[in-house]
Amino acid sequence: MSECIELRYEVSSEDFTRAGEASSNVKKKLKQMGVSPAAITKVAIAMYEGEINMVIHADGGHIEVTISEEEIEIKLCDRGPGIQNVEKAMQAGYSTAPDNIRALGFGAGMGLPNMKKYTDEMTIDTEIGVGTTVTMKVKL
Amino acid sequence: MTVEDVRATLGARVICGEEYLNREVYSACGSDMMSDVLAFVKDRSVLLTGLCNPQVIRTAEMMDIVCVIFVRGKKPDDMIIELAKEKEIPILCTGHRMFSACGMLYARGLNGGASYNE
Ligand SMILES: Nc1ncnc2c1ncn2[C@@H]1O[C@H](COP(=O)(O)OP(=O)(O)OP(=O)(O)O)[C@@H](O)[C@H]1O
Ligand SMILES: [Mg+2]
Repeated sequence: MSECIELRYEVSSEDFTRAGEASSNVKKKLKQMGVSPAAITKVAIAMYEGEINMVIHADGGHIEVTISEEEIEIKLCDRGPGIQNVEKAMQAGYSTAPDNIRALGFGAGMGLPNMKKYTDEMTIDTEIGVGTTVTMKVKL
Repeated sequence: MTVEDVRATLGARVICGEEYLNREVYSACGSDMMSDVLAFVKDRSVLLTGLCNPQVIRTAEMMDIVCVIFVRGKKPDDMIIELAKEKEIPILCTGHRMFSACGMLYARGLNGGASYNE
């Protein structure tokens, strides 16, 4: 079987309280599909961190999730400012988040390292002034 | 211990999820930064936090946290409570500061738990 399930979510940056709804929906779907709890946790956390980043650092965007027999791919696409220095951004503790974001509980500089840690593959495609695409894969 | 034992230890108030108080708790985690919480998955953990917004419940949802405890007398609004009910996550509130609340639970034998993938 090589059947794939494809899901697409629009992520708005207007309402911070709703950030995470896409990840929540994916988590629910994976559970219904009987995916292993360990893989669900990895996908849920990595996607949630990515979704939050789209909301707080870019102007929202969209997320494509592809589920196959072998793996789950999560592609986060935004048209935000891009990442100046990816190597730096990947370091634990590095954050450009302003105080108002820190007051919301984010901006520890742990998101990208977490995404890397919980996934089997992660690539960041970014261009200043154009946007960022983060692609992550979790093997099943 | 159970969520009810945690509640009794802290003298905490149950805001919602009365029906989940018999859940087993194996570990605890205290932080106001959600990505710090997300860095280490623990087994059947409670989350103590002074942060009070819907993202606390979302974070708890992603990690399968068994109970959220708001410290320093923080009171969740209706939106937070509704989300917690939907996700079947009980909420407790205590007037204790973060340090004291964590210390009280630690003294009762609850610890940080094994971290994921270390
Ligand atoms: N989609 C994005 N668009 C533009 N910049 C980004 C994006 N994602 C991350 N960054 C940049 O990379 C930095 C590090 O991101 P990371 O997710 O690790 O930490 P954070 O979001 O600042 O804090 P935390 O994730 O701990 O809440 C951010 O502060 C920001 O400067
Ligand atoms: Mg982040």
